[in-house]
Amino acid sequence: MPHYLFFILTVAAYGLSCAYYVRFLYTGREITGRIGTVLLVLGLVAHYFALLERSRGMHTVPYHDLYGSMSLFGWLLALTYLVLELYHRQRSVGAFVLPFILVFFLASQLAPPDRLAPAPAHGPSFVFHVTLSILAYAAFGLSFVLSLIFLTEDRLLRNRKFSNMVWRLPPLELLEKMSRSSVLIGLVTIAIGTFLGFIWVDRLTGQYWYYDPKYMVTLLVLFLYIAYMQLARTNSWRGARASLLCVFNFVVVILSFTVVNLYLSHSHRYF
Amino acid sequence: MEIVLVGLNHLTASVEVREQVSFSAEQAQRAAKELRERGILEETLVLSTCNRSEVYGVPPETSHECAAGLSSFLSEFHAVRPDVLSGVLYHHYDRAAVKHLFCVSAGLDSMMLGEAEILGQVREAYRTAHETGATGPVLNRLFQGALEVGKRVRTETELGARPMSVAAAGVKLAERIFGKMGKHSALVLGAGAISEQVVSALRDRGIANLFVMNRSRERAEELAKRYSGKVIEWGRWDAALLMPDIVVSSVSADEPILRREEIASAMGARGNRPLFLMDFGMPRNIEATAAEVYNVYLYNLDDLTEIVQQNRQARESEIPRAEGIVEEHVTKFLSWQASVELAGLVEALRTRLRTERESFLRLRLSSATHLNAAEREEIDGLMDELIEKLVIAPAVHLKTERELRRKIQNVEALRDLFLSDRGKS
Repeated sequence: MPHYLFFILTVAAYGLSCAYYVRFLYTGREITGRIGTVLLVLGLVAHYFALLERSRGMHTVPYHDLYGSMSLFGWLLALTYLVLELYHRQRSVGAFVLPFILVFFLASQLAPPDRLAPAPAHGPSFVFHVTLSILAYAAFGLSFVLSLIFLTEDRLLRNRKFSNMVWRLPPLELLEKMSRSSVLIGLVTIAIGTFLGFIWVDRLTGQYWYYDPKYMVTLLVLFLYIAYMQLARTNSWRGARASLLCVFNFVVVILSFTVVNLYLSHSHRYF
Repeated sequence: MEIVLVGLNHLTASVEVREQVSFSAEQAQRAAKELRERGILEETLVLSTCNRSEVYGVPPETSHECAAGLSSFLSEFHAVRPDVLSGVLYHHYDRAAVKHLFCVSAGLDSMMLGEAEILGQVREAYRTAHETGATGPVLNRLFQGALEVGKRVRTETELGARPMSVAAAGVKLAERIFGKMGKHSALVLGAGAISEQVVSALRDRGIANLFVMNRSRERAEELAKRYSGKVIEWGRWDAALLMPDIVVSSVSADEPILRREEIASAMGARGNRPLFLMDFGMPRNIEATAAEVYNVYLYNLDDLTEIVQQNRQARESEIPRAEGIVEEHVTKFLSWQASVELAGLVEALRTRLRTERESFLRLRLSSATHLNAAEREEIDGLMDELIEKLVIAPAVHLKTERELRRKIQNVEALRDLFLSDRGKS
């Protein structure tokens, strides 16, 4: 059963990667961190094939149902994290991100795939609209984790709690930078993704605009993250306050993902 | 006895005695040369740092009282009375000597557990001795092993990872906020010893700009010159606090010199860029409530001392792992040494058997007149074959089985058993 094979491989690789990242956080040994990264790459590959298997089995795209889009979210979160890790040469965050990736992957496997009627039209613009939007949410998710680490570390330093972990976490300035890079990736991808969504709607219905609460929430999310990018460099918000805003923004994203999708939006069910 | 060590360190000798017995680089070379010329040692290496003076050596095979000779050499070389040295010198042989050196290079024997300098000092002592031809195969292998132990302990354990001085701990803490120091600047208030320690640590971490402020401008300039910093006029707080990310203060003053209001207004002017303050003053130089200002991180001497204590405990908890590495390499070295010695023993045994064979045949065959030359040669060949069979099997075992080499701890006893002429009348 190749489906189970890739499932097991993905869980094993992510799980071990997480274990190595945690161990790296405690021991600080370079080799342990590197093994964590290699396992993450293996996990990404196995996860990719698991996604592929699932879509083939259902004859549709992986994000056609909630579980599929959650799995894709996990995959893109892992990918974004990997890019940031390599760019900033900082591995201490892995121990905090990997559990999220693992949870999203496992949750996506819990339920049997529900068989919905396929969406009315597909094509490159729709595919990119969905993938880029989910990538944006993954990047925002990453900035959320980074901001939480920032706030925790800041609190520990201010309260003079010099535990073992404080010495392993990334420096506060780097966490801010990583969070901003992550939000920037999110902003660019969500802007392109939303634009492509409008094009797709136009092709489908012949009109650019028909009202969907999702538009308003997405605009709000865009506005909040642009505000974060601006405020994070200003005098009074620099530091912990900006990180708090970043955490708040992601709460709005989660609301958009859950409440809006499930109860309010007509056309956005699972992303 | 193969390896001998005679020396003293901070645990056995007072600083006065250590000063008397310490070797300069030139003295170390001269001592090594004399020891070999006098026939006390065949290979020798002198390791001398501020905390220890040690002579490592390989004595000639016949020497049995080498340590005593070394002790008297030390007192003679440094013109110190022998009774001064008698209580403070330690003597180690073979396994104990190897273990001692490996512990030294691991930083386990240092006054400050896990300190890094000792490894460099061992490397330097070995390099000099090696270049001047004072070492031979045994000490070369021994010191290469010691360097490997030192390197492994520092990469695989945390024995030397955390700072043990308040100055270094403060700089490490600043790195929790700023990361690399290459784009940051620091202001030092006061030009005393602790300021200098911090400045030196900051320079080591590659701080971009350094400013010094002191009541006595002269001393400020002195410190600034040594560490290529700039001097700022004492008391110009608004200008002084605008640039730096790190402020180090160790001024003796009865009242705080930096108050909360000054820091709060400076933070406004600097656009709330994080400010890291280290207060080494006693009484404190910076008002404690300044820590409440947004993006200000203030630590005093007590906070930093607490970090150092935690670090000490963390280092101590790494001792077993470091000792494990030391033990592993001691075994590895002794096994190598045994294999070299055993190879020599096998060779000596073969030579011995061949001479015995010759005299045996000469004696026994002289009366056997019925044998012709070809038959005698054949007997000769057969006995040779037997000897080879007897010798080669154990030789191969010794070469391939590490465990066997480990078990044979006392090669001398084997040598005595098979090769000694004692008991022969």
